[in-house]
Amino acid sequence: MERKIYLDHNATTPVHPEVLEAMLPFYKEGFGNASSIHSFGREAKVALEESREKVAKFLNADPLEIYFTSGGTESDNLAVKGVAWANKKKGNHIITSRIEHHAVLESCRYLEKEGYEITYLPVDKYGLVDHDEFKKSIKKETVLVSIMHANNEIGTIQPIAELAGIAKEKGVYFHTDAVQSTGKLKIDVNELNVDMLSLSAHKFYGPKGVGALYIRRGVRLTPLAHGGHHEKSRRAGTENVPGIVGLAKALEIAHSDMQEEEKRLKNLTEAFYKKVTERIPDVFMNGHPVLRIPNTMNISFKGVEGESIILNLDLKGIGVASGSACTSGSLEPSHVLSAMGVPGDLAQSSLRFSFGRSNTMEDVDYVVEILPEIIAKLRAMSPIYQK
Amino acid sequence: MAYSAKVMEHFQNPRNVGEIENPDGVGEIGNPVCGDIMKLYIKVKDDRVVDAKFKTFGCGAAIATSSMITELVKDKTLEEAERISKQTVAEALDGLPANKMHCSNLAADALHKAIEDYKNRKKKNE
Repeated sequence: MERKIYLDHNATTPVHPEVLEAMLPFYKEGFGNASSIHSFGREAKVALEESREKVAKFLNADPLEIYFTSGGTESDNLAVKGVAWANKKKGNHIITSRIEHHAVLESCRYLEKEGYEITYLPVDKYGLVDHDEFKKSIKKETVLVSIMHANNEIGTIQPIAELAGIAKEKGVYFHTDAVQSTGKLKIDVNELNVDMLSLSAHKFYGPKGVGALYIRRGVRLTPLAHGGHHEKSRRAGTENVPGIVGLAKALEIAHSDMQEEEKRLKNLTEAFYKKVTERIPDVFMNGHPVLRIPNTMNISFKGVEGESIILNLDLKGIGVASGSACTSGSLEPSHVLSAMGVPGDLAQSSLRFSFGRSNTMEDVDYVVEILPEIIAKLRAMSPIYQK
Repeated sequence: MAYSAKVMEHFQNPRNVGEIENPDGVGEIGNPVCGDIMKLYIKVKDDRVVDAKFKTFGCGAAIATSSMITELVKDKTLEEAERISKQTVAEALDGLPANKMHCSNLAADALHKAIEDYKNRKKKNE
């Protein structure tokens, strides 16, 4: 049988068997609507609130501060637009970074059309936000800062606690998109000092279509959708109880062996990079060498376009992602790599390898065995590659 | 997005990769937005394209269209070669995904440039 190796865990992960097991009863006998007062509803409600408590515990938050959503995109939209709308009288200025996920960036662009002023902070060559620029950009009209915890493309981890501390001193709300760090790193909303934090279940072996937004008590926020009084009127709509149970279970599993898994993944990605550089000339790591989530390795292969590498790897059963224009969906290479100052052709040549639970050192060896031949073949037909 | 079997076949086994020594015409074309670059070399004899080779930096569609055009153009008169369009190349490959039709379908433009280059060279020598 053909070997299959999945190295795109930052895109999504498979549902953990124990997560699926935990979810199934709530599609069957426990199907009730958590808002109903009969026994069917009460059973769902109990599961919902137990899940909320579990999530709160892992984030070191109060259960009343956990709001379930349909995923990372909704959580980001609710945080950014919700705070902007509710605090209009206070000010119309929002600070974010150039390397945010599109859920935050496009929410900000939308608000710009509504008359808000947005500062898109630059980053350095490792993808770190400039502290001084950040400090300088805060003004009396600033109502919100939204800076991601770990970047999905390059894995760079921002020093959120420090940045949030600066915002707090000025009385400005701080939101962080922790979609890529939740389940990979310990998340403590008090240590991070944030007012809001987005997470998404399918990035850590939970189901798709469910996420959460942590909202610190006292944060004023306008809901996106209006309807019933679910989630304390901040997120109308019948709760996705099976999904929420799955999210909580997935987070529990992630925490059960987080340190070991962190170490194991770090080992794999570092070994992978080392072996790649030993066998292939002219490769460049994108992202921070140390301040990086353990599973992510972004590499540019000079002179070769990303999609053409992906297709060749796919033919060998290996699934990876790229920051090239063809794969970004926008006809332009990755906005993250561009913001870091990576030249266009190297952004076009970038591949993101994101490891996960299923990967082993044998996978690393298999990929580094196949990759040199693919790169050599494509370089031989490249008009811009010279040895 | 899915490529046709023909695109994948050309992508995996591209024809006529490389450069022609002392070419009669060279066409280089780049997409300034997405960054694809293609270089096409032609050899012309008695107003007929007798050989064509390419080098391409680009996605699967860019490579497959490059490969396909070198096959389409061989033994064609210059007049016939000039009539090869983006559409001709895409059809010969059993179609391209909609988003690739313009951005990665540079081969026809490169060919037309190569023919223009050939004609300019010829004029100079006359």
